[in-house]
Amino acid sequence: MSARIESCPHCARGYCALMRIHVDADKCQGHNRCYALAPELFDVDDYGNAVVVGDGSVAPELEEKARLAVANCPEFAITISE
Amino acid sequence: MSGSIYGPVTDWTSDFDHADPHYNRHAHEIWSELRGSCPVAHSGRYGGTWLPVTHEHVREIAYDTENFTSRAVVVSTVIPEDPAPIGGAPPITSDPPFHHEARKILLPPFAPRKIEAWEEEVRILCRDLLDVMANDVAAGRTIDAAVQYAQNIPVNVIARMLGFPLGDQDLFRGFVHDVLEGINLDPQERQANSERLDAYIMSQIDDHIENPRDDLTSYLLNVEIMGEKLALEHVSGTIVLLLLAGIDTTWSAIGSSLWHLATHPDDLRRLGEEPALMSTAIEELLRFYAPVTMARLVAQDHDFHGCPMKTDEWVLLPFPAANLDPHAFPRADEVVLDRAENRHAAFGLGIHRCLGSNLARLELRVAIEEFIARFPRFELARGRDGVEWSLGQIRGPRVLPITVLEAV
Repeated sequence: MSARIESCPHCARGYCALMRIHVDADKCQGHNRCYALAPELFDVDDYGNAVVVGDGSVAPELEEKARLAVANCPEFAITISE
Repeated sequence: MSGSIYGPVTDWTSDFDHADPHYNRHAHEIWSELRGSCPVAHSGRYGGTWLPVTHEHVREIAYDTENFTSRAVVVSTVIPEDPAPIGGAPPITSDPPFHHEARKILLPPFAPRKIEAWEEEVRILCRDLLDVMANDVAAGRTIDAAVQYAQNIPVNVIARMLGFPLGDQDLFRGFVHDVLEGINLDPQERQANSERLDAYIMSQIDDHIENPRDDLTSYLLNVEIMGEKLALEHVSGTIVLLLLAGIDTTWSAIGSSLWHLATHPDDLRRLGEEPALMSTAIEELLRFYAPVTMARLVAQDHDFHGCPMKTDEWVLLPFPAANLDPHAFPRADEVVLDRAENRHAAFGLGIHRCLGSNLARLELRVAIEEFIARFPRFELARGRDGVEWSLGQIRGPRVLPITVLEAV
């Protein structure tokens, strides 16, 4: 059951149903595919390893990009929770 | 081109040899056949060599640093004496836990934002090379896209990054050739070549000690691992790695991509008309023509899916074969320029992911963009037989005669 929040900045449904992305830092080897595909969602640290932007929530219009990032990660380091 | 010291290959499942001139020229067919019949082939050559060709097997070995050591990554008749876990060219020849430290110091200079800053220089370099080639084209001469173009780009960039004299580029190419393609030279000759390379690098290091500057060599001389500066052998080993790994590989990727466009006019036209395709196209060319096959040594006797692997046998790790596995990629045997889902392993898998992947990608993309902008239509000048492919673990065209059909 999704937690009820006062005002979700992305949807007007009264509860937050945003997709979330997660990078497993142990699996990420810095291929940099996610950052190249979806810089709105992923950044890289000084070592070139991926980190999620903000809290990892994905605006609806970026969901397709998030799925592409998952499907292009050679190390299977990115997961999505919805 | 000379053959293998072991003579021509008689059977690709039981007697394969990656240094046989037939291997790189027909690699795709060989891997495809093996995948259907003998997915982990064994050959008695080089003291025993295994060749897995499925994505699953290549991936499993790349991740298994217990059973497979990186102490040596280029198959040869002699196993180098440099001991694990550091090896002769850290971090590519290092195993955990040392590998992590040796790699960590190299990651920042090759991280995306540091590499993005090189784009303009790479572009200028490509344009300068194309200017010279355009003169040949105007005079009605055939150009060689490997010799006049592809091979010059990574050599120039790595020389600048290391702060080595740009005039020494021919020398670097000689070193690369000796190490990566001189598989069948006799051990004394290989040793002499390796000493020549070490002496050259030590002279450059000495110069940087006397005159420190803002480049990768001075960076390596000053950076610390756990509070201590690197031993000079570590610095020189790492420079060997950067020089060798950075040159042949990218040169091969650029050459193979141009080979593809020269032999697939529809793809060439499409890429010219739809520049937005470039990012997926580059990944697809990397998948299909991945130049690098790494190697491991078996660390201890063990059974790998029924294969009795013995200590100190070689295992080739053909990432390009993994990339062509139909179980991992739909339409694996086709180049699909707009392939959206492309989890290719061109830069390896696991802890040894190619350190220079961001740089290689940049050089490949800019090289292709500039080449097709200047020469929108071109084809092989002497057909497929006029192309010479490299020998050994790095696969790409070394002679690539091109006829330009339209120049801008």
